[in-house]
Amino acid sequence: YHVPTRAFSEQRIQKILIANRGEIACRIARTAKRLGIQTVAVYSDADKDSLHVASSDEAIRIGPPPARLSYLNSNSILHAALRSGAQAIHPGYGFLSESADFAQLCQDNGITFIGPPASAIRDMGDKSASKRIMGAAGVPLVPGYHGHEQDIDKMKLEADQIGYPILIKPTHGGGGKGMRIVHTPDEFAESFLAAQREAAASFGVDTILLEKYITKPRHIEVQIFGDKHGNVLHLNERDCSVQRRHQKIIEEAPAPNISAEFRAHLGQAAVSAAKAVNYYNAGTVEFIVDTVSGQFYFMEMNTRLQVEHPVTEMIVGQDLVEWQIHVANGDPLPLSQSQIPILGHAFEARIYAENVPKGFLPATGVLHHYHIPVSSGVRVDTGVKEGDAVSMHYDPMIAKLVVRGENRSAALVKLKDSLSNFQVAGLPTNVNFLLKLANHWAFEDGNVETHFIDNYKEDLFVDAKNSASAKEAYEAAIRSASLVAACLIEKEHFISARNPPGGSSLLPIWYASPPFRVHHQAKRTIELEWDNEYDSANSKVLKLIITYQPDGRYLIETEENGSPALEVKATYVKDLDFRVEADGVINDVNLAVYSKEQMRHIHIWQGSFHHYFQEKLGLKLSDDEESQHKPKSDSSSIPRGAIVAPMAGLVVKVLVKNETRVEAGQPVLVLEAMKMEHVVKAPSSGYVHGLQVTVGEQVSDGSVLFNVKYPHLLGHQ
Amino acid sequence: MFGLIRRKTNWVSSSNLLLRRELCLGANGGGAMEHLINQLQSHVHKVLAGGGPESVKRNSSRNKLLPRQRIDLLLDPGSSFLELSQLAGHELYEEPLPSGGVVTGIGPVHGRLCMFVANDPTVKGGTYYPITVKKHLRAQEIAAQCKLPCVYLVDSGGAFLPKQADVFPDRENFGRIFYNQAIMSSQGIPQIALVLGSCTAGGAYIPAMADESVMVKGNGTIFLAGPPLVKAATGEEVSAEDLGGAAVHCKTSGVSDYFAQDELHALALGRDIVKNLHMAGRDASTNGLLNMNYEYKEPLYDVNELRSIAPTDLKQPFDIREVISRVVDGSEFDEFKKLYGTTLVTGFARIFGQPVGIIGNNGILFNESALKGAHFIELCTQRNIPLVFLQNITGFMVGSKSEANGIAKSGAKMVMAVSCAKVPKITIIVGGSFGAGNYAMCGRAYSPNFMFLWPNARISVMGGAQAAGVLAQIEKGNKKKQGIQWNKEEEEKFKAKVVDAYEREGSPYYSTARLWDDGIIDPADTRKIIGLCVSASLNRATENTKYGVFRM
Repeated sequence: YHVPTRAFSEQRIQKILIANRGEIACRIARTAKRLGIQTVAVYSDADKDSLHVASSDEAIRIGPPPARLSYLNSNSILHAALRSGAQAIHPGYGFLSESADFAQLCQDNGITFIGPPASAIRDMGDKSASKRIMGAAGVPLVPGYHGHEQDIDKMKLEADQIGYPILIKPTHGGGGKGMRIVHTPDEFAESFLAAQREAAASFGVDTILLEKYITKPRHIEVQIFGDKHGNVLHLNERDCSVQRRHQKIIEEAPAPNISAEFRAHLGQAAVSAAKAVNYYNAGTVEFIVDTVSGQFYFMEMNTRLQVEHPVTEMIVGQDLVEWQIHVANGDPLPLSQSQIPILGHAFEARIYAENVPKGFLPATGVLHHYHIPVSSGVRVDTGVKEGDAVSMHYDPMIAKLVVRGENRSAALVKLKDSLSNFQVAGLPTNVNFLLKLANHWAFEDGNVETHFIDNYKEDLFVDAKNSASAKEAYEAAIRSASLVAACLIEKEHFISARNPPGGSSLLPIWYASPPFRVHHQAKRTIELEWDNEYDSANSKVLKLIITYQPDGRYLIETEENGSPALEVKATYVKDLDFRVEADGVINDVNLAVYSKEQMRHIHIWQGSFHHYFQEKLGLKLSDDEESQHKPKSDSSSIPRGAIVAPMAGLVVKVLVKNETRVEAGQPVLVLEAMKMEHVVKAPSSGYVHGLQVTVGEQVSDGSVLFNVKYPHLLGHQ
Repeated sequence: MFGLIRRKTNWVSSSNLLLRRELCLGANGGGAMEHLINQLQSHVHKVLAGGGPESVKRNSSRNKLLPRQRIDLLLDPGSSFLELSQLAGHELYEEPLPSGGVVTGIGPVHGRLCMFVANDPTVKGGTYYPITVKKHLRAQEIAAQCKLPCVYLVDSGGAFLPKQADVFPDRENFGRIFYNQAIMSSQGIPQIALVLGSCTAGGAYIPAMADESVMVKGNGTIFLAGPPLVKAATGEEVSAEDLGGAAVHCKTSGVSDYFAQDELHALALGRDIVKNLHMAGRDASTNGLLNMNYEYKEPLYDVNELRSIAPTDLKQPFDIREVISRVVDGSEFDEFKKLYGTTLVTGFARIFGQPVGIIGNNGILFNESALKGAHFIELCTQRNIPLVFLQNITGFMVGSKSEANGIAKSGAKMVMAVSCAKVPKITIIVGGSFGAGNYAMCGRAYSPNFMFLWPNARISVMGGAQAAGVLAQIEKGNKKKQGIQWNKEEEEKFKAKVVDAYEREGSPYYSTARLWDDGIIDPADTRKIIGLCVSASLNRATENTKYGVFRM
């Protein structure tokens, strides 16, 4: 048991420096504010105008954009804390949150590190060491080899003993880097060496551990909390099995399809793990669950507040950041284990700026439109606002969408609804993918495991060969494009009837909808380029022909054979929100429109559909020669290659001699006329020939000055 | 029975309009007018297709658009276009000449109303027939009256040579186009030419006389004589593009100012030119705007009912207030001198917030009605209120009593007032337009800014039957002198011939084909068209009216 010392209860925290950025910095500031605690943000040059800076009472610059020069710069952050007079630093997650050295540095400088003791961070930071400690404490471990002896033959022997398939993993680092799965003994040597190289390159340490590879694993983690009085409890588990590129994208609490008994076992094991390292503050013990055998094994302990902590907060009804501050102040935990409830079910979906079809590659760009769903039981933790940029410097996560329902299915309904109302325009996101995931039958069944996305990739990713769904997608795109056209035209009339273009005072009837025509109906054409998921190489141009109907509706046709005309009535609500009727169906339509690089980018959300179109702005004009001005010489009387005087003038300089080689554009002589000097240049490369003028000579307009010829032409002279 | 109800309801106060509407709808049903409108629309749809599928196809193969499409792309997106005289040239020549070979009309560009004159290259190569010239000049006349910048979309082979005698020499012929350009330019009314096709001979002066001009590479050519004539005259062989293409004129000759890579580029350049006009042609004090109310009410009654209000049989009288109540804002009409000279209805109202004085016929013009009309016109000119004439007039009252009362004197007063009134004048013929009534009610000869007909309209010096009667009496007299007895049958035959001729020549199509008006309109569009016309007429500064000598 950890014994509280005087130092912890000396002074309560009144001001916190948040050593992080993005959503977690905002989220910490929110709780601090509620508790009456002042907040100090830190920012790199890239974040000066970001939301986390605006959300804090004060903000201090800590360096240039690269994280290692700012958010990972311990000294800079410590200096900021001392300068601001903060008593504590909250590290958030990532960056310095799991740096034992930083925690120590804080302590040495009399600043409270809101997190576990440096010793616990150090113990758990080394994966091999942590497993040794856990093994000693009786926490189940995946069969494996965690020894120091890294000789390849020894490793191979250990691997054969554990049994294949086997996982090769660097002892340091994470994020899946350097990990290898080996299915047969023959593959071992090659994979092992590769993993070693990668580990050395990425983490500077090339020690490797071996583990039994579990074929159908689930990733279940337990939120634990300890205080400085030796109390540790758990706040139930989270299932984080659904991952892409070894990173979580949907988490939920509690884990589906597990028994209360299993839950109790997990919780107990997690508490034991924490106690083994004299843990206090928030932590997470990750387990791997073999769905085949029903066994669970300790994987690692994360000595920080996790990204996905809100799902736990939702089901236990507590604010974990508040708990963290209490614990840092030396207060005992506010609840006992038996007082921890499970209030329904919660999901978290991580909204990333990423390119799903390109293997979830991180994307950057500007959030030209950003609309987050608002509803009871829905919480969105975000660190960005409309107009912000997602830069390459930091994590591309835009927001965490967290929902709670009375049970899993109720929460799932809310998740789907919120996802379809989550509107981001300006950069690619995974929202559509998350929506597909949430709608998948296996996910609905709670049938989750870490290979979920890979197992169901046919359902989750667009299959270009599936012509039936391609056709369906095309029809949906046409419909959306038609609605876009109707809404944009409706808004155009709304605006120009009130503010005629050109600031004129022209009577609004000239801009009324429908525009007046004598004995016929006005028509117009809109061409929208559709970003086709099924054929990304060929973004398709949809040509829409819109006929204004006398009653204010729009009849929209495409050039495509067989696609029926759609009659649309659009009612402008506000901004870019519309109420639209098409085919007797009335629904809300939201648009986002921004212009970039000669293109108008248009997003439309209606129901569960989201489409993205581009429209050309202005005309694409070729820079052909004819449209440029070129002085023309009278070609009939002057021989080819001859250079004539552009005007009457005095020769003031002759720069080359006859028969000299000149390059195109090289000055040959200088004329003075009308008080200005005019440089006469060689029009092409070649040899100067026939240069007879001399300095001081007056030349007349159009007289031949010299020729530029090629050697073979010279020879024939 | 219908007539009875009508006559009775003439005196019903405006609060009973609703009741009246139901009565007249019940009685009429509008079938005959519906037929006239359908007929009108089928005529219009034919001319909208231009010179036929073959030439339209040839046109688009040269990357050229049709004139209405060109105008659509010049106009502000989604804005209105008041096209004029769509049926000019209708059954006028042996061969059809849709819209007279040129599309004209008014619409906004960057918030600035412009007059468009667009040759239709699919109609006889855009050449100028006599009616084409007339329509072009009429558009210029409106532009000059309303001070509208002119945008010429040139794509024409010049004068139609077989008819040169009716195109070339006279005062109101081809040459007048350039004269007008010069005069308007001198008045600061911008003249802009977009050369989208050929522009040969006399036509070359359209861009040359313009303040600014644009030429399209490849399609646009300007020359006084085309390659064949050049070869015949001088022996020089030269391609059209080298002789007078965009490059020649934008780089060497300076005949044109803007080089367009294609037609869309040319139209975009055209919009830019208008954008940069700033105050050109616009008088500092803009007319009437002070008294403008942008918040207006729609009429209480459906404008579509206008289709069933006017009877196609002009002998059937109808209350012009039925029309007024479906044309003016909120159906609010403040009648002036309601109890005096009741065959002429006068009063104040607003159309799309713009104040107007309305003069409408409710029967034959008597002494009192003419005096009332002259008085009301004086009021409107004094107050700078645009006048709207709703014509349905068989003429002034004849007979000894009337003459003795000086009907000619009274009529002259109204004609004097109408002629001299310098406020915008818009005439809509909603029924008959006969004799001196046409004059007093601002017929074509009185230069209304705009004049439109309903499809049921009839225009002639007198009714066909009356003319037949008069002519038959004279003929009978002549025959009698020669000692020839005219039998009843022959007389009826003679009369029928006259009635037929009057019927044909009095038809709105006969009128509109010859540009005696600015178009036949659907009665349901009356409100919108008057609104657009008034708005266009107010583009200029106010003018003071000075009357001549009124015979007292």
